[in-house]
Formats: sequence, C-alpha cells, structure tokens
Amino acid sequence: MSAPSTGGIRRTAAEMAAALADGSTTSVELTQAHLDRIAEVDGAVHAFLHVDPEGALAAAARSDERRAEGATASALDGVPIAVKDVLATEGLPTTCGSRILEGWIPPYDATVVARIKAAGLPILGKTNMDEFAMGSSTEHSAYGPTHNPWDLDRIPGGSGGGSAAAVAAFEAPLALGTDTGGSIRQPGAVTGTVGVKPTYGAVSRYGLVALANSLDQVGPVTRTVLDAALLQELVGGHDPRDSTSVDQPVGGLVEAARRGADGDMSGVRVGVITELAGDGWQPGVMARFRESLDLLVDAGAEVVEVSCPHFVHALAAYYLILPAEASSNLAKFDAMRYGLRVLPEGIDSPSAEEVMRATRDAGFGDEVKRRIILGTYALSSGYYDAYYGQAGKVRTLIARDFDAAFEDVDVLASPTAPTTAFRLGEKLDDPLAMYLNDLATIPANLAGVPGISVPSGLADEDQLPAGFQILAPALADERCYRVGAALETLLEKKWGGPILDRAPGLEGAAR
Amino acid sequence: MPEITRDEVAHLAMLARIDLDDAELDHLAPQLSVILESVASIAGVAGDDVPATSHPLPMTNVFRDDVVVPGLTAEQALSGAPASEQDRFAVPRILGDEQ
Repeated sequence: MSAPSTGGIRRTAAEMAAALADGSTTSVELTQAHLDRIAEVDGAVHAFLHVDPEGALAAAARSDERRAEGATASALDGVPIAVKDVLATEGLPTTCGSRILEGWIPPYDATVVARIKAAGLPILGKTNMDEFAMGSSTEHSAYGPTHNPWDLDRIPGGSGGGSAAAVAAFEAPLALGTDTGGSIRQPGAVTGTVGVKPTYGAVSRYGLVALANSLDQVGPVTRTVLDAALLQELVGGHDPRDSTSVDQPVGGLVEAARRGADGDMSGVRVGVITELAGDGWQPGVMARFRESLDLLVDAGAEVVEVSCPHFVHALAAYYLILPAEASSNLAKFDAMRYGLRVLPEGIDSPSAEEVMRATRDAGFGDEVKRRIILGTYALSSGYYDAYYGQAGKVRTLIARDFDAAFEDVDVLASPTAPTTAFRLGEKLDDPLAMYLNDLATIPANLAGVPGISVPSGLADEDQLPAGFQILAPALADERCYRVGAALETLLEKKWGGPILDRAPGLEGAAR
Repeated sequence: MPEITRDEVAHLAMLARIDLDDAELDHLAPQLSVILESVASIAGVAGDDVPATSHPLPMTNVFRDDVVVPGLTAEQALSGAPASEQDRFAVPRILGDEQ
C-alpha cells in the first residue's frame, strides 16, 4: 500500500534491528524517518503529547557510534521507541494526561525507561493517554483525544491509545504501555496491533505513576508478537526498587515467539471462556474470534469450552478495588511538592487545605473526580466491608476460577474487547458504557496472570480491527507468546500479509 | 441499595479535598448512583469463608540491606515544587485563624 521510500518505517522492530546489524541503515536514519512520519501524521492522529527530536537523534548517534566500535548494548540497540506519559522520564515532561502535572519534568527515570536507555533505544517522545490511565478511549486526556489511525473519527482505545495509535500509524515501531484493566490489550485490539500485559510483578513498576498498585503492569505495545517478546525480555526482570517485583526470571519469551511462528499447535489445549461471549458482543468480533479458533484447531490445538463462573462479577469488583486504590494514590497531588498549585478565588491568605481543594478541582478532569469520590465512598467506614471487603473476596474467587481452568487447559482465550472502535464522543458521558469495554481484560489484572491481544481480523460490519486475547497462568508468559505467534502466522498466511497493510496510509493526513 | 445523594457527594468531595461547584455536583451525583447500582451486584457473592485478596501474587515482606544509596539532591527534589525557599518546600499556612 505504501511506497517503500518511507525510510523503512513499515518494517518490524526485529527487521529494523537486523538492518542495523547488517549496516543497511543507521539508527540516525531510522530515528529521523520516524520523526518525519510523526511530523507528517501526528497532527491528525495526536498519539504524542511530547516529541523529543533532539534527544532521540542524540541517542541514535550514540547508538551508531557503539555499533561502529562493535559494542552494541542490546538486540534492539538503535531501534526507536515511544513511551506512555505515565512513566517517569528524566528531563522529559511527564503529565499522565493531566493538567495537575502540566509541565512537570521528573528528576529520575522509571526503571523500564532506564533499561531502554541503557539498551540503546532512542526515545521518540511521550504518548497520549486517558488522565492517570482512567478510561478506555483516551478521550479523558486533558490534552485532547488520540484518533484511531483506521478511522480518525473513532477512539484508539484506552488508556494507552497514544502508544497503540503511534505503533499502528508507523510513528514508532515499539512503545511501552501500562495495563491496569486492559489499557494495553484493548487499544491493541481496536488498532490492529499487539499488546501484552505481563504477569504482575514481571516488569518493574518503579517510576510508573500508580493508578492502582495491585493491578498496574508495564508491558509492550508492538506490531508483531516477536517484537513484543523482544521488548518484554529487555524491560522485564527483578528490580530491587519495586517491592512487588518477582525475583524469579520470566524468560524464554523470544524463543517461544519464534517457536510459535512455525504455526504448529499440536498438543496445546485452549480453553474458551464461556462467560466472555454472548449478548452485547459484536457479531463481527465474535466471527473473527471463532475463525481464529478454527485456525488453531487446524494447526493441531485442542479447543474446549471452560466456565469461569465468577468472571461475571469481575467488572463490579474492579470498579470498587480500582477507585479505592486510585483515590488513595492520587492523594499525593496536594499542590505542595510538585505539580499544579491553584489559589482559590476571593480568599485572602488561603490555608493549605483550601489551596489543595482548589488545585484538585482545577487539575483533575471529570473521570478522575468520579473515581476518587467512588473510592472515597467505598473505603468509608460503614461501607468498607460491603464494598471493598467484598470485592477482595470476589478477587479470590476469580483467581480460583483461573486456577481451576488452568488445571485443564494450557491457555484461555476470548475476544479482547466486546466491540471494535466506537466513535469519539459516543460514550464520553456514560461512564458505565465506557467501563464495559474492559469486561474481558479485567479478570487477568485481578488475578495477576499474563495476557496478550493479537489482531484477529476486520469485523464485517465496519471493517475495523478486532482482537484475540490469550491468557496464561502467572509466570507462564511464554505461553501467550507461543500461541500468539502461531495465530499471527496462521492469520497472516490467510490474509496474505499483516493486518496493518489494510489500514489507511494517512499520507498528508495532518489537518 | 444505595442511591448516593447530592449532599453525600458534596461530603465525599470535601473528604477527598476537591472543591466541586453546584454544576459539578448536579452532574456527578446521578452518574455515581448509576455506577454504585451496578457494582452493588457484588453483595453476597462471596461468603464469610472466602479470604480477601489484596495482592495478586503471594508475597511476603521484602527487605533490603540497610545501606546508604544515592538519592535525589535537594535541588532535584525541589525542581517541581510550586514554591520553595531555603532548600525547603514553601506551603500555604496550615492553621486557621481560630487555631
């Protein structure tokens, strides 16, 4: 579809790494090509909140120098990357999509950012997101929504719509996202890209501005399963600065992705979750899901139906646990140590508390206020047992459902999201309708298990991408990569190429 | 199950230290009622015999050796402060006139 004269930006990250290794391109060339692409299309897509041409090109030049000296820092040295604006980047603005952090420049790097810098990946910029990662459409960003590259009038998913759109629009080959209830996987599904939520604790959360500590996880946003495996192996692993970091290796991911790419699923048992289908699921999404299952069966997999009876309560449990943790986390935005400070009108010499109230009213958007108040309510004495306490118990039941299912099958499968991308504005003032987007992704966060979303094709109704979700037991992330890579291979064979070959080129789309 | 009143929302907003004006209260209160109604289905799902999970992976407390490691300098720590003086965060008064 697109002319090859675009500086090779349509290649996968693994292909870019190979081109750097064989000397057919340089990191400076590659980085400049992506900066040019951002300049060309990001006016229309708005995937980025901040672009850092100077920093990216300087890092690229250092990468090229290392390579000339035969001292490359990693397999992805020189391949550029975009970073979700919820991850602290020393010297680069980090706003979390919120007015309350407008202009804040962190004095330190998140561990994952430090690791990609040490590995030599030039950082192109920071990507747009729903404010403090609260949302499924990126419309709750204080800096305006991101547009889906498949249809600029539609949402790119959320909260990490910026990272997914950047990768889908070839503005970056790789991006980092965070997934608290689906914020990597659901944007992946609706933009035709790959998104992985690793096992809880498999990737450090140090320097991630917390939404809900017991649910948040950093993960890769890419165009292929192999690229995701390369990125997770690079940023993952134990971090003494994160007390919830797992101290055993979660490895073998690249190997699993390569093995899966042979398309042989013999001996793999796939469980289809009964509760994640039915009324309200878009027929085109379900059709692509069932076709994908058929391909896996043809490749030798055994597919059975598995019931996870408590998953129907996952959404309710999540919308008690998340606001409770978020309301407590966001108490740190108190107008004292960093971020916005607003003085209330008409008060001489206002108190710290009055300044705090005025600042939080001016600095937080509607969705953040809704969830803080909901969390404050759920944690109030008198309601605590009925809400937060009960939600914690339901979380146990959901984890037990996973345990029972994984005794019988190797991986679980469902569509990633119930629908394709909806129109911007359609659900903005109907919080509950927005929350339903995360129905299928939330259980994994509650139980801490890993999940991947792989494109399953275009829905017949609207010719927009749908996603296929694969879930595995905790610490068995490699299973997601093996089955994901197999499905990707089988589908691309059927389509005759990657799904993004069918997306609009966006050339001259900036408006 | 719980209809959340406008007054309750105002009280919660005060507890959460957010000034909400009348228009915001009118807007948020009914939305919060709808959300609460939908999460109320959780009541009675789990019995007393089910322990609560607060953390997805079983982990015990994590300790580190008690050694000095480099931290932020005062200048770095204050770099994002709305106001500072004498290497300290400068904040509005914390007591009322009557205190």
